[in-house]
Amino acid sequence: MELIIGGIIDEPRSTMKNKTGGWRTFRPVVDSSKCIKCGICEKFCPEGIIDIDPEKGAQVDYDYCKGCGICANECPVKAIKMELEKK
Amino acid sequence: MKGDLFAPGHRACAGCGPAIAMRHILRASGPDVIIAQATGCMEVTTTPYPETAWGVPWIHVTFENAASVASGIAEALKMQGRENTKVIAIGGDGGSADIGFGALSGMLERGHDVLYITYDNESYANTGVQRSGLTPMYAATTTTPAGSKIPGKTQRKKDLPMIAAAHHIPYVATASIAFIEDFEAKIRKALSIKGPKYIQVLAPCVPGWGIPENKTIYYARKAVETGMWVLYEIENGKLKINYRPQKLAPVKEYLEGQRRFKHLTPELIEKIQDFVKAEYEKLVSKDGMQLF
Repeated sequence: MELIIGGIIDEPRSTMKNKTGGWRTFRPVVDSSKCIKCGICEKFCPEGIIDIDPEKGAQVDYDYCKGCGICANECPVKAIKMELEKK
Repeated sequence: MKGDLFAPGHRACAGCGPAIAMRHILRASGPDVIIAQATGCMEVTTTPYPETAWGVPWIHVTFENAASVASGIAEALKMQGRENTKVIAIGGDGGSADIGFGALSGMLERGHDVLYITYDNESYANTGVQRSGLTPMYAATTTTPAGSKIPGKTQRKKDLPMIAAAHHIPYVATASIAFIEDFEAKIRKALSIKGPKYIQVLAPCVPGWGIPENKTIYYARKAVETGMWVLYEIENGKLKINYRPQKLAPVKEYLEGQRRFKHLTPELIEKIQDFVKAEYEKLVSKDGMQLF
């Protein structure tokens, strides 16, 4: 690894290399038939890895999701269920 | 959301409240911003060398002087004629209320064009949950353990937003991550004002408060509904309460389920209730008044 003087990190958003999905014990599973696409889960996700698809509703990026479950807890229509991760 | 300026892959705990605050700071500021951040959870977990979660120019400074460095950046930008670029200093409650307190006060007093944001998780969480000046009364931390001698921290929470306002700065606000649109609106408003601005956002901490990782937003909301944390703005010295519940929820609803409060007896809960009610009424009675 080449070090830059001053400890400068020259690649913005480079934590993307670190897939935190491996931290997860419970996986949020979205029931797209229930999802009303309100975007509340997206706003409250500490990782910022939920996208609201205009057709399919909330889409979770499992490469990074740590499985905290805030999305499921805050969903106003209970469209997200936390299921035990199977490895 | 993909393409957020604050990237995933950072090492903040699952369910981290401050991480939610960081995302929305950048969402509100947009890309034309420079961040100076004090040592603390959000510094450590977002920049594990040689990686960074930040998609904007960002500098780590020591615990003491995020406000000083931000002041310098603001002055340099002024000299360069780049006054559209915003400067935001970010510190945790320890970095703002205790260790960086002098630098913060100096920045506010000198009048630099900087927005200072304190993400308040009410302890030195990064180093193992020691008490800070913003830890609330009767909360157990590793340096104020609840036992037969003391019921957690025996002093009250330092009133940092009011201290900031007493510097006669143009804008001060409190926020909670549960009221995220309100937080973003306050950041945008602050950034539209010239001069020093201060925002303090309550951001619950999963390991520090001893709460389930899916309850971060729940507790950030309960804090406001019970009057433990009041959302307000002080614009040019004038107070405006932003959110007044029809009736305050009992503080028990906020305290319950948090490990740091699990030692509380009904008498202590009663004491907190009386204290919160009195403080809330005192503040609300000044709504619309010129405080500074």
